[in-house]
Amino acid sequence: MRRTICFNNKPVIIGASSIAGPKESEGSIGKFIETTLNDDMYGEDTFEKAESKMLFTAIKKAVDNAHKKEDEIDAIIAGDLLNQIIASTFAARNFPSAYLGIYNACATFAESLTIGAMLIDGKYMNNVVCSASSHFSSAERQYRYPLELGCTRPPQAQWTVTGAGSTVIGAKGSGPKITSATIGKVVDYGVVDANNMGAAMAPAAADTLITHFRESNCAPCDYDLIVTGDLGTLGSRILKDLSWEKGYDIEKQHVDCGELIYNLCESEYQGGSGAGCSAVVFNSYLMERLRENKLKKIAFMATGALLSSVSSQQGDSIPGIAHLVVVES
Amino acid sequence: MKTSNDCTNQNFLNYVKSISPKTKQRRSLIRAFWVGGVICMIGQTFRYLLEFGLGLSGDELSSYVSMIMIFLGALLTGLGVYDRIGKYAGGGSIVPITGFANSVVSPAMEFKTEGYIYGTAAKMFIVAGPIIVFGIASSVLVGILYFIGLRIF
Repeated sequence: MRRTICFNNKPVIIGASSIAGPKESEGSIGKFIETTLNDDMYGEDTFEKAESKMLFTAIKKAVDNAHKKEDEIDAIIAGDLLNQIIASTFAARNFPSAYLGIYNACATFAESLTIGAMLIDGKYMNNVVCSASSHFSSAERQYRYPLELGCTRPPQAQWTVTGAGSTVIGAKGSGPKITSATIGKVVDYGVVDANNMGAAMAPAAADTLITHFRESNCAPCDYDLIVTGDLGTLGSRILKDLSWEKGYDIEKQHVDCGELIYNLCESEYQGGSGAGCSAVVFNSYLMERLRENKLKKIAFMATGALLSSVSSQQGDSIPGIAHLVVVES
Repeated sequence: MKTSNDCTNQNFLNYVKSISPKTKQRRSLIRAFWVGGVICMIGQTFRYLLEFGLGLSGDELSSYVSMIMIFLGALLTGLGVYDRIGKYAGGGSIVPITGFANSVVSPAMEFKTEGYIYGTAAKMFIVAGPIIVFGIASSVLVGILYFIGLRIF
């Protein structure tokens, strides 16, 4: 069994775009985000429509940034957190391209990059768009409580990112290259607390990371950065502990998008989460640094907690997943 | 097929528990105490105003006070203030009757986008529903016990 794929034809990231809400735009990576919104409704009358419009804008601008026309894009691979991934499908109906809707919770963006890179590397397609989005208010409604309900959040809770990110991968062109990917497996250590998703996802992240190191014969020091999606402060610590236990010290290279996206203060506790979290950070800050050649090789690993509001109410534990993509400048 | 129980890795769960941040209990209690106390003081003020100003008494008086407090809770929810109070005070603003108003009005607002019938009206009690069900059930139970008690003694 082998879960790591090497892309011999090295698919190129030819365009990227990110969009985020007001809270994210004020955060530590705010200045790298292409489109920043002052209003999280984005001129729409529901949060779901706003999320879909964000994703639409991210895809459109990414295609523009890649200097491509809409009909040159062969496929759009997108996903989000809403039931039946409506934000993605409703955004995709505006484009003539083929569409693949995917769901891996917050790991969706890394999954879409992996599939996109496979399609390009296998020479099946020339240009594909990989996207993911999430919206704080639509996710709160689906997974937690109404927005105006006066309740406190537990200290291990995270804050769903309002934002979307899109990457255009092409067979030709200049830009950072996707060189390999490790596909995650579903790992469940029996965490049932839906407020503690960092702890639920960290074992999956450790599994994918260690599998990647073993199968591609490399060590943490081969990377400038090992970026995780939304483990948060607590989940990041668990990941470091778990991989240290297996003999890999990632303390120096590791950074978490969830920890990065907000100026961490009291109300977000553990940092950002959501499919949009890693998508926004990858398509803004990381992309910028890769293009500037300040980062040469990164392992980008988005992590997802595969729960639904039904499964957690029925008392089931939370399975986690993590997909890893290696990007070189 | 594996069930959730088979997946339980007790060592891992103990480890997670040991490093998870704890709720700051003392701070939460102090906040809940003073905010809850202030809400009750406001209620008591209305009670005195109605009692000595309008000359109300008994059930009529307490109903009017409850109605005013429920109205204020609903109003502050609609203005987007109550969730901020709740975030700060926790139980201090959930337990008084204003918290009940908040738990009914907030889903009513949230689900308005799904229509007035299947959204607002159907999902209005999504948070407060259990309180009503168990409130009525327990009051019936107490009533029966009271009834039996009266017959025996």
